[in-house]
Parts: sequence; C-alpha cells; structure tokens
Amino acid sequence: MRMKRKLGVFICHCGVNIAGSVDVKSVAEAIGRVENVVHSTDYIYMCSDPGQQLIRDAIKEKGLEGVVVACCSPSMHENTFRKAVKSEGMNPYLCEIANIREQCSWVHQKEKEKATRKAAEIILATLEKLRKNEQLEAISVAITRRVLVIGGGIAGITAALDLAQGGYEVVLVEREPALGGHMAQLGKTFPDLDPALGGLLSKASELEGHANIHLLCYSELEDVKGYVGNFDLVIRKKATSVDWEKCTGCGICIQNCPVEYVSQFERGLGMRKAIDTLHPSSVPNKPVIRREHCHYYLDAGCKRCEETCPEKAIHFEQKDEHIEQKVGAIVVATGYDLFPKGDLGEYGYGEIPDVIDGLTLERMLAPNGPTKGKIIRPSDGRVPKEMVFIQCVASRDPDRYMPYCSRICCMYTAKQAKIYKEQVPDGQPYIFYMDLRSDCKGYEEFLQKTIEENGLLYLRGRVSRVYTDDGKVTVLGVDTLTGRMVEVSGDMVVLATAVVPSHGVKDLAAKLRATVDRHGFLTEAHIKLYPVESSTKGIYLAGCGQSPKDISDTVSQASATASKIQALLSTDRLLQDPLIALVDEGICSGCGICVEICPYEAREMDPQRGISIVHSALCQGCGACIAACPNNACELRNSSAGQILQMVETFIT
Amino acid sequence: MTELARVDASFLGEAQKRSGQNLNLCYQCLKCTAGCPTAPYMDIRPNNIIRMIQMGMKKEVLESSAIWLCVSCETCGTRCPNEIDIGVLMDALREMAIEEKIPAKEKNIHLLHEAFVQSIKRGGRVHEATMLIDYKLRSKDFMTDLIPGMMLFLKGKIPLLPTFIKGKDEVKRIFESCRKEK
Repeated sequence: MRMKRKLGVFICHCGVNIAGSVDVKSVAEAIGRVENVVHSTDYIYMCSDPGQQLIRDAIKEKGLEGVVVACCSPSMHENTFRKAVKSEGMNPYLCEIANIREQCSWVHQKEKEKATRKAAEIILATLEKLRKNEQLEAISVAITRRVLVIGGGIAGITAALDLAQGGYEVVLVEREPALGGHMAQLGKTFPDLDPALGGLLSKASELEGHANIHLLCYSELEDVKGYVGNFDLVIRKKATSVDWEKCTGCGICIQNCPVEYVSQFERGLGMRKAIDTLHPSSVPNKPVIRREHCHYYLDAGCKRCEETCPEKAIHFEQKDEHIEQKVGAIVVATGYDLFPKGDLGEYGYGEIPDVIDGLTLERMLAPNGPTKGKIIRPSDGRVPKEMVFIQCVASRDPDRYMPYCSRICCMYTAKQAKIYKEQVPDGQPYIFYMDLRSDCKGYEEFLQKTIEENGLLYLRGRVSRVYTDDGKVTVLGVDTLTGRMVEVSGDMVVLATAVVPSHGVKDLAAKLRATVDRHGFLTEAHIKLYPVESSTKGIYLAGCGQSPKDISDTVSQASATASKIQALLSTDRLLQDPLIALVDEGICSGCGICVEICPYEAREMDPQRGISIVHSALCQGCGACIAACPNNACELRNSSAGQILQMVETFIT
Repeated sequence: MTELARVDASFLGEAQKRSGQNLNLCYQCLKCTAGCPTAPYMDIRPNNIIRMIQMGMKKEVLESSAIWLCVSCETCGTRCPNEIDIGVLMDALREMAIEEKIPAKEKNIHLLHEAFVQSIKRGGRVHEATMLIDYKLRSKDFMTDLIPGMMLFLKGKIPLLPTFIKGKDEVKRIFESCRKEK
C-alpha cells in the first residue's frame, strides 16, 4: 500500500553541469504531474541559500511530507538538504537525493534527449523509494576520546603533538626503534637550507616527554576492530632484547658488539652493529638487538653486550608483547619509500656503484652520515668533479613505472646540486630534467637563485642510458633546447627516483578497511573537500602515505588531520546514520551466516533467543548481511527489498 | 650523432664578463624571440643564442648571422623577465667574433657598423652623407637604396655639411681609452 505523502521535487541546474545536458524545465513539469507530487520546481543552484530557502518555503506553504532533491551525488550535499528540511520540522530521512549529475548529465553530455529522459526516471525511482521511507532518528554512540597515530615520521610527530596539545591522549606506533622517518636521513632541507635534524629532533624530544603521548617504538599494529569512535587495537611491541626502562642510552653495548652489517638507514654507505640505535641522534636513544644478525641468537656464541652493560639492561629472552588499546580515531602517517633498485636497467641503478639515489646522497650530505657531510664516489672515495643528476626517474612514466609526479625531486635536486657546487667549486653539476616544478612558497625563487649563483647546467630531456666507461659513468641523453644529443662523462650519477608508498601499507590498509589506489597510496574521501579523511570513517591521513609531498605540505596536512580529529572527538557521543541493518526476528533462523560475513563485527548471535542481532553502534549499513541472509530476514532501513524492487520496476517500465 | 656536451664554460664566462649579463638566469621563456623584429630572419633565434652559449657552442654562435642581424632595438632586454639585456650581449658577441677573426656572416652589416663608428669618431656624432659614402666605398655596393637615398637628400634629410658637437674631443678620448683598455 502506498502512503499518501505530499511530495516535493527540487531540480538543480548546477549551473550548466546538469542543465547543459538535461532539460530541467521539462523534467520539472513532467514530475509535477506525478501522483502525490504537489510541488516540482527547478533552480540554478539548489545548494545555495536561496535554493535551500525554496525547499523550506515549499515545506511550509504546501505542507510537504517528503522531498526529493535532484542534484549531484549524495556524498556532496545530502547533509545540506537533510539539514534544510529538518529546520522546517521534517524528519531528515524523508529527504532523498536523486543523483542526476554524476550518474546522468556528466556521463551523457552529448545525448541531451536521453539524458533528460534518464534524469526523469532517476527522479521517479527516487520518489518511489521515498514513499516508503521511515522516519528515523540518528543513533548516538559513546566514543573513546583517544587517538592512534601510525608512523613516527614528521607527519605522525606533528599530528600526535597537535592532538596531545589539544588535550587528547595519543598512542603513537612506529615500526622502527626511533622516531623521525625519512626526515632523519636528510641533510639540509629546501628552500631555506635549514638542517633537517635540528627541527625534527626538537619535535621528537617534545613528543617523547609529552604526558599525553604513549610512544610505542619498534611496534606494529596487529589488529583493529570496531568503528569510528570505538576502535579496539592490538599492537605488537617487538622484542628489543633490551630493557628500555633500565637502559640509559650510554652506548657501551654498541661499542662492544663485534657484529657489523650494512646499514639500511645509511642507504648501504655505512655499517651498523647487531645491537644499535637507529642512528646516532635517535629519539628515543635506546638500542635494539637485531636477532637475525646477533651471534647470541645465531649460535649462542656471544654475550658481549650483556657482559658490558652497566645497567644489566640486556634481556635476551624478551618476547614480543601484545598491547591492547582503545581509540576513537586513527591517523595513518606511513610515509614513503623510494622506487626499488633493480627495476631501472637503463640507469645502471644497483649495478654501477657510483649511481646512487637522492636519499643516499642525503646520507652523504648529513653531518652525522657515513661520510660526515662529504660527497664522495662510493666506488673509490674520490671527490666527483662531474656530477650528473637525473630527475623524473620512474616518475611520469605511465607505460613502465609511475604515472604521477613525485613532487619533491625538482627542488631537492636543485638543493643537492647547489650544495655539491659549494663543496666542489671546480666541479660541474649537470641536471637532466623534463620540467622544473617549483609551486610552493619561495620555491621558484630558490630554484632561480640556485641556477643563477651556482652555474648549474640544466639539460632538458630524458636520459637514454647510463654506463661505466674507464672509471667514469657516462650518461647519454638529449638537450631538447638545442636539439643535440649529449653525452656526459660523469664521475657520479644521482637519480631522483620516484616516491612510492611505504612497504606494508597495503596490508595495513586492509586491516583498517581503508582503501588504497592502484599504486598503493591511501585514498582520501574527496580529493578537494575531504582531503585528510579516508573513505573509512575515523581513519585519517597525513603525509606521503596519501601522495608524494614535501615537508611543508606534510606538516600542514598533519596539522589539518589533527584539527579534524579534535572536532570529531570534541563531544562524548557521536551521531551515526540510522540507515543500518534490521532483523525480522520472526523470520531469522539463527544460521549465523551474517555474523561471519559482517566486516564490522556488528552482527552477533543472541544465544537465548537463537537469532542474530545487530549492534547499532557498529553497523555501517553496508548491506553484506542482507545479501547473504538465506531467509530474507534482514533488511536495510529505508532501502528495503520492497523499496529497491519498486525502484527497479520504475526503471524497466 | 652524439656530441660530447663537455661544456666549454670559458665561453659562457667570457660572454657573461664582456656583456655584464648573467646568462644563467635564462629559463627559455622565449619572450625575447617572440618580440624580436629580426628573429624571423635569423639563423639562430635569440633564446637559442643564450642556450648555445650555456652549452659552450662558441663556434656556432660566433659564426651565426643572428649576431649581425640584431639591430639593438632593445625590445628583448626591455621585456626579459630576468633582466638579461640581449642587445648588449649581441654587441659583445660581435666584438668577440671580430677579435677571433671570424668573418661576419652578414658582411655588409659589419661594414655599416664600421662606417657608423668611424663617423662618430670623426665628428662626435653621425654625419649621414659621409657615413653613407664611406659605407658604399667599403661595401662596393653602390646601387642599393640609391633612389630612397636621393629622395631623402631632396627632402633635406641628409645634410651635405657635417655639424660637430661641442664635446668632440671628449668623444675622441672615449675612443682612445677604449682602445687602451683592449
């Protein structure tokens, strides 16, 4: 039976976005003749104040009991219009959006007649749904006002500090033994040539001592359950084999450790000990035994660290710990890696020792690095007199590598070439590039000043081959500005390799039910309007895990993320959409299929009644249980089978 | 064919020193070439002249017609976003070509320059009639522009008698000191 609700339809032109392909006037007229539709009109921008006023006035004057707004996607303005109808006393769930922009006008720009017909059908179908909509109230859920930050690079540090200063408790999980991320590997930073480590360490120390921050280094997120406002976490604190409570960071164990292996942190340029801190200025300044290298674990042959530790802090039998935490929101600040060696044949990367990547040169430039700030050839330790930099290596190459621009390479290459030229005044830097991109504050000025003062020779064109020849590294390419092929016989080559998502992000994203794009970068809810929210509620993004960006942008984004979370957690309770699953207790047979299938753990068996129930705070209305239920005992509120079938019928008749 | 881009930075250095222009600043926006009235006739466009200097292509630059076709109208220098005065640079390149004894690609333009400078040297300012005679004798091209020349003469635009400026001697001294500096 149809309810005899008085309905109103409001059709938006969206400027020319909709009106350009849909004849909105004729649609409004046709819809006005539909049963129970007592008001049908169009307007240039329904979401504008006068547009919303049209809706409010019509509700008042014509006593509307249901509203369809035909406009853009509900993810844009559903809330806007639901609020508008609520202000006139209408239940907000009696306002429905008919998406005639993304699903109609934009995809049928050259078929006006068909687009007009389709728009009318979409509105008709939405009207059918609306006729049977229930009046619902938002569900109020208590929330945990704590935050998990994943990643202790500059993004995670910034977000954690902002949140902690805002009075929220923060749990920061970092998989390495110390804070800092890639920023701890850098020498100086553009555009002000500020040493990276100074600023970073002062932030890291502030974080380490902050009363609101629970820092868990050498730890990884093992498991996540729950939803926005109430996440239950299990964090695995990996065994460091050192009691950090007792350890004073004196470093005697490191001096006495006989095992050396190639340091990842030093990008292969230096060695580290089996017991070691992440780097000499680590925060926290506590060592970790890497069991895969330590002789005690390999053949029980050495206990030198234990014997020499004045605090008796070495604890060989230490086991991984599982820590449970509850938080209301999660920041994913997992950062980046550089494009791996081995897949860049024509550049000799990984084969020729004097072909290195930008981050490796940064280790050379860092005063605490393996060369103490000096640029030398890894092969023989000589100072390179001719230095070739190659930009866009594996970036902007959709056919073979990454289609995107890595965004940081133009600037860091200019910076590195400048520092090289200052260090080796008689040296000649050559830079192969495709375009020079310097789009942030002070960047263009920095770039031009660097070129002006340092005599850098920019060669516009991609490199075809890098090979060794008589101790030299020869680079073949073209200078498209003169149209000549060029061959530079260099001493050393620095590749600005593509920024790619940090390893392990895909697994982490799966645990968080967050999505990643085809390259593995975490996807935001909306590239312009919700850039720091992931598409999963309660999961927020900061830093290079979302897309390549420099330190300034990373810090800005991390602060934006922190302030978004502070807004979310500013109340004790969270209002959630009531559009969730509903069980017909008379039909449910208690088979339990829904319990297994629910991705949010919102379904549970009630052992006394032998039926499945819905946890309204956890259910996200995804519909998985409804599709899986063999008895049709499950329905989604305001998207019942009856409503959906009625909509389908409207389309096919 | 591959050519070694072993940059002869000495050419860039010399061109910069003689012209007083910082050529590293050029980012190839091509504003100079876009506005240059003679660029369509040049074998190498002004922006490319700068690029070739950066690349150390001395021979190609100094042998070009472009450096002689430049009329020093200064449109390029006025418009250059990086304040590179290409007119002045072209002057420097012409000087360098002469010193290197590279025959000017545009021979008559070189001769006109010579006649022009000699005229100034004589009177402190250009006297068109004697300058033109000097040029015609140097170039042995007596017929070109003869009729327009006659018409200008009949209109009184080419005075027969030269006028001298007050600071004639000072101009002479400028020439002297320039020669000494070389």
